[in-house]
Parts: sequence; C-alpha cells; structure tokens
Amino acid sequence: MTAPANTGRGPGLFSPGPRTRIREEGARGALIAFVSTLIFLALALWLILTAEAWPDVQRQFFSGSHFRAAWPDVVGGFWLDVRMFIVAEVLILIIALAVAMVRALRGPAFFPLRVLAVIYIDIVRGVPTILLILLLGFGIPSLQLSGVPTSELFWGIAALVISYSAYTAEVYRAGIESVHESQRMSARSLGLTQVKALRYVIVPQAIRNVIPALLNGFVSLQKDVALVFVLGIREGVREAEIYTARTFNFTSYVVAAVLFLLVSVPLARFTDWYTDRDRRRKQAMSA
Amino acid sequence: MTAKLELRDVGKAFDRKVVLQNIDLGVGEHEVVCLIGSSGSGKSTLLKCVNLLIPIEEGAIFLDGAEITGFRANPNQVRQRMGIVFQAFNLFPHMKVLDNITLGPRKVHGLSKEEAEERAMVLLDRFGLVDKVDDYPDRLSGGQQQRVAVIRALASEPELMLFDEITSALDPELVAEVLNVIRGLKNEGMTMLIATHEMGFARDVADRVCFLDDGLILEHGPPKEIFTNPQQPRTREFLQRIVEAGRL
Repeated sequence: MTAPANTGRGPGLFSPGPRTRIREEGARGALIAFVSTLIFLALALWLILTAEAWPDVQRQFFSGSHFRAAWPDVVGGFWLDVRMFIVAEVLILIIALAVAMVRALRGPAFFPLRVLAVIYIDIVRGVPTILLILLLGFGIPSLQLSGVPTSELFWGIAALVISYSAYTAEVYRAGIESVHESQRMSARSLGLTQVKALRYVIVPQAIRNVIPALLNGFVSLQKDVALVFVLGIREGVREAEIYTARTFNFTSYVVAAVLFLLVSVPLARFTDWYTDRDRRRKQAMSA
Repeated sequence: MTAKLELRDVGKAFDRKVVLQNIDLGVGEHEVVCLIGSSGSGKSTLLKCVNLLIPIEEGAIFLDGAEITGFRANPNQVRQRMGIVFQAFNLFPHMKVLDNITLGPRKVHGLSKEEAEERAMVLLDRFGLVDKVDDYPDRLSGGQQQRVAVIRALASEPELMLFDEITSALDPELVAEVLNVIRGLKNEGMTMLIATHEMGFARDVADRVCFLDDGLILEHGPPKEIFTNPQQPRTREFLQRIVEAGRL
C-alpha cells in the first residue's frame, strides 16, 4: 500500500479551494485540505489500479500508442469544432439579442412581432437540438432548392444557431427584466423611442447582469457543436468514431474528450472567476 | 389666454383603486405650481400622467391648447417638450455624467456630439458640477446626482419642467442645493409643476399651491392663502401635521 499520510511534499497539482477560503481558515485549514485531498486521491488511484479489469480498461481506453495514432485526425476534426463554435456563438449572441429586444417591446403595434418571438422560442426550446440538426442538416439539402445551400455543415451550424438563440434570448430577457422599471421610465421621459431606450439604456445594463449566464451558454455550446457529427461532418467526435471503427479501440474517444476539456475547463474557470469578481464588485458598490 | 399646460377632468385608476379623479388644473406660461398632500394622494401619478408615462383613463391633457392624450398625439414628441425629474434620480448608472446629459439631445433632438457636449458643459458649469463630468453617477452624492438629473432634463431645452418630490430621497443637508436649482429656474421664468413635501419651499417658490387629497384637488390658491387660511378641514389637518413635524 502507498503511504497516504506522507505530507512531507510541497503542494501538489490539485491545490485545494479558492485562495480566499484558505486565507479565512488559516494555514491549519490549508494543511487539512491538502492532506485529505492527498489521502482521497491515493485511495482512488489504489482502487482503480488494483482492480482486476484495469489492464483491459487501460488497453481499451488509455493506450499510449493508440493515443498517438489517433491524435492527428482527431485534432484536425476538433479544430473544425472550435471554428464552428466561434461562428455559431457570434451569430447566437446577435440573433438572441434581437429576439429578446422584440419580446421586450411594449404596445399593441408590436403584438405580432412579440407573438412571433414567443412562438419561435417555445417551439425551438421544445425540440431536442439533435432533432433540429437532423431535420435541417438532412432535410433541407434533400429538397435541392435552387439558391439554398446544400452543405450539411452549413445547416448543422444553422440548426445550432437556431436552437441556442432561443435559449440565449431567454437569458437576455431575464437581463432586460432585471433592469429597474424606473430606468425605462426616465429613458422614455427624455423622448427616446422604445427601441432607443432599449438600445442605449436598458440593454447595456441588462447584458452586464447576464454575462455569467451567457458564459455558461458558451461552455455548453462548445460541447454541443459535436452533435453535428450525426450529419457525417468530420469534426472531432466523428474522427474519433472512425478511428474506433477501424481499430476497435476506444482511446480515440478519450483523445476527443481531452481536447474538449482543454477548452471547456478554462472557459468554466473563467466564468466562475468572472461571476465571483462581479458579485464582489456589486457588494462593494452597495456597501 | 390659454394655459401652457391644462388638465381637464383627468381621472386614473389602478385596477379598481381610484388614484386621480376630476382633476382640473392649469399651469400658465412662466407659472410655478406646487402640488402638496400626503404620500399616496396622487401627486406623483399626476406628474407621470402629464409626461404620458402613465395613461389616463378619463379627461384630457393639453399642452399649449393641443391635446396630448388623444389618439393622434405622439408621446415621444410630447415628452421632448417637457422635462421630468424623479424622486430617485434615475440616472443611467452605466453612463458617465456627460453621457447621461447628452443622450437626449443627441439621440432625440439630433444634435451632434460636439453640440450636445457644449450644451452640457454650459449647464454643468452653471450648476457647479463641471468637475464631475467624467464621473459615473455612483461616485456622486445624492444632491449631486439629483442636480445632474435636473441638468439631464434641461439639456433637451424643455418648455415645461415637472418635479416629482425630488428632495425626498436626499439627506437633509443636501436638500438646499437642489431646491436652489429650482429657485434659479423660477427666476429664469421656467414653467414648472412641482410635487413636494417641502412646505417652506412651496410657500417661497410657488405662484399657486394645489392640495391633493385622495386623488382630488381639494383646494388651490396662492400659497399665502393655502398656508395661512386653508378653507378645507383636510387641508388644515394636513398642515397641522406638517407644523407638528417641524417642517413649516
């Protein structure tokens, strides 16, 4: 058995907790957190590595040679995932904001527009994203309409944009509703139209309030772009699948997972950091 | 002579609760009218109705003799002609003082950035706030914020100003600096409709005082009459309470 109680080493890779928490609890708290993490990790590793099935698991999922062999193709595919993510996210942020602004317009004149926005959001949110991808990605090219793109990639991204814009529009809407009514009132009292009041006064404040939620959406989309693999698009997951089909070894999937983690974990950490900073700032302001 | 602003038989209810009824009120050119009355008497609602921020249900409101509450009136154009200042300042927190002031002139009245900023600087200078031009509102004291709010309204060069208890949210020592701004406006001949709890100020500055009670104008007249010789028992009661609170 390994020696879990050995604390003679410096802090490891998994330094415990955010810094503020450690400072509060003092050096003793830090020591306890460090030791308990070490014990936990050692136990977990010991359980895994001594399991009877471990050699099989390692060969099938964590084979070094397969990792190296699968890497170039999966990375190439993953680069397409990244590009799809960036293109889709930019479009989503713009379209969702437009939809949310339409929903925020008041008065009978805008009734039809508001209804359209609600119908769009309800329908799209009620349909699984994968279904939307299949419908658009296979369905529309099959129509062979003139002047309409037939690329699966185009329609795959379009489906993602349509789906995520509906969710993101609701995020924006929550932000718009979080801005106090008196702000709208004083903007309108200056003679600004509804649209100008939204644009110059309400939306800038709303966006600040929902940046953490928007960043969460980034993390989610960054993974969901892989769904377009069902259309046969050779992105990261598809490349991994091809490798597995050829070799009957699943390490290529782990390669893909590692690549997604390399992007999504920093994104998630950044989101947390930003949310934390934002909250502290608001507390400081109200103090 | 037609009044600058005229309310004829105006009524307003929220759900079933009547907040304004049978309001007849005229404000002449260069006249200052103060609305007094306890909280919930309808002063604030009345001002918001005049600015068309709250739709009225009965009666009509006229500006220079033209109806502004009718089907054909364009609320945005009406609001361009009058300024309103609120109790809670309502400055735009994401904009610097200068941008708060230039927003209306630029985006509503079509002034260039330079013209709007020049106009803003003149006003800031007049109200002693030039050094705050690049600050965000949360860096300012309540009195400074409220003066910026007044400047923001004035920057659109309104023909008429509405003030909705603009000193009620201020610390006592900051009230005077804001009231002096209004006194200054009176000297320039600005037409004003002012809801206020500051009775001493109302007596000073008002040409006419209206006492609102439960959505009705119970009594109105020159401040001297209302404050020294009120006719209605409700007015006497109200003023008595103000005197007891040491506010008159």
